[in-house]
Amino acid sequence: MLTNQQKSSGKIRIILITIAISYLFLILLAPAVNVFWQAFSKGFGPFLEVFSQADFISAVGLTFFVAAIVVPINSVFGLCAAWAIARHRFFGRSLVISLLDLPFSISPVVAGVMMILLYGNRGWFGGWLSTVGVKVIFGVPGIIIATAFVTMPFVAREVIPVLEEIGPEQEEAARTLGAKDWQIFWHVTLPNIRWGLLYGVILTNARAMGEFGAVSVVSGNIARKTQTLPLFVEESYKQYATTSAFAASVLLALLGLVTLVLKLFLERQLASKQKDD
Amino acid sequence: MAGSGITSNSRKPRSRFPLAWRVTLGYMVLMLGLPLIALFSKAFSTSPGEFWRIATAPIALSAYEVTFVTALIAACFNGVFGTIVAWVLVKYEFPGRRLIDAIVDLPFALPTAVAGLTLATVYSKTGWVGGLLAPLGIKLAYTRLGVMIAMLFTSLPFVVRTVEPVLAEMEKDMEEAAWSLGASRAQTFWQVSLPPLLPAISTGVALGFSRAVGEFGSTVMVASNTPFKDLVAPVLIFQRLEQYDVVGATVIGCVLLMISLTLLISINLLQAWGKRYAD
Repeated sequence: MLTNQQKSSGKIRIILITIAISYLFLILLAPAVNVFWQAFSKGFGPFLEVFSQADFISAVGLTFFVAAIVVPINSVFGLCAAWAIARHRFFGRSLVISLLDLPFSISPVVAGVMMILLYGNRGWFGGWLSTVGVKVIFGVPGIIIATAFVTMPFVAREVIPVLEEIGPEQEEAARTLGAKDWQIFWHVTLPNIRWGLLYGVILTNARAMGEFGAVSVVSGNIARKTQTLPLFVEESYKQYATTSAFAASVLLALLGLVTLVLKLFLERQLASKQKDD
Repeated sequence: MAGSGITSNSRKPRSRFPLAWRVTLGYMVLMLGLPLIALFSKAFSTSPGEFWRIATAPIALSAYEVTFVTALIAACFNGVFGTIVAWVLVKYEFPGRRLIDAIVDLPFALPTAVAGLTLATVYSKTGWVGGLLAPLGIKLAYTRLGVMIAMLFTSLPFVVRTVEPVLAEMEKDMEEAAWSLGASRAQTFWQVSLPPLLPAISTGVALGFSRAVGEFGSTVMVASNTPFKDLVAPVLIFQRLEQYDVVGATVIGCVLLMISLTLLISINLLQAWGKRYAD
């Protein structure tokens, strides 16, 4: 009886593992490998050619520029929000947490529409912006605002659970010993939350560099001006420049791989920290 | 939390609204509150009749149908296969398990434009997978099936990552007790293992569904975006904007947003259900 059970359990095990691996292969792995395959299918020459295209270089520059502005802003906001939410009990707290998650549930295209309604020519601030001479929609500021919107929750989301787990005791101790707010933050809070914070920053960066929907609504997709790397991928694909599209995709896929590896590393750090406590 | 009482007491004499609070509220009002108000006020500045006419135009209705039905099928499909993946990752030890575990997060890390591009190639009639099915007369890329594949891709990690921790915490003793009492494997699975997993599976399915409904980057590239065939709601909004029809885009966007809000509330309720199960 028992041996029968064990035998069937061995069979089920193999069937389940096969199903899981085949499914992941079809849906995730084959598409991921295909990016590299297509990019190098015509050899290194055509692949490297893309890297000298002016449109491509400017798209890479813009993508990094946008991330360099959005990531710090959203990290500061995320830290403030996490501290405010984790260290206080107040009326409507769970509502604030749900609201903070909203940018993840709103379709990126709808986020783009909102930005047009606010900052477009006929938008709420459109008239004022045009008298000041700032072009937000179809300009770089619009890309920055849209990217900031879709990446807003990442840092707070990762830091809140860490802050809640360590509790306020250490900070309180530092305060009774006469430490100022900034000293407490630098010497007590920040060292405790550093892995969670870094995790959130990395997710923010990955999404900021890879965002497509919201950016494509507000950017106008003007080559060498408002074309980010993901927009360059789509544009090349539409123009049947498949090799260019895949070469640029390789860069974005590498960004994704680096993100995955860092994620694994940070998850291990966070897990070992929990064990220490 | 034991210290929270002390915290609020010792903070009372200090400023009631510290800097961090003001930054949080200010940023959320400016970046989240204002855009939401702008969307709703624009959508409702049209007359109710006009709103209804745009929101229920045949092309819009068909786009909702394509979006929601396809996303629901994809999410449920992942409810089954995502649970199998989570089960295999938690319960079995096999070579490459860690690698497989890492790959599950790929849709979070891979930009959607890249996902759309590579899915459109792999599932096209000359692609690795599409090429196998083309002789059978099954077309994947540039059809509604392509949309579903893009949605399967985006929603998979949600199911796996919500089910995994619950499975890991589940006591193995329960299953062993059921076996020793003479239950068959099937009985053990359906009556002992599955019920505690249901809240997590449905939360994962709802999260994946919610993401699939809003997905734009991968669906726009893998579909032909033909109205009444494989045009999804986010792409319809984008096309409205391209035709300078801001009101049309706003109204359909508003419908989509309200559905997302409903989903968010139900996800919170599902999570509360899961917590009650854990306690």
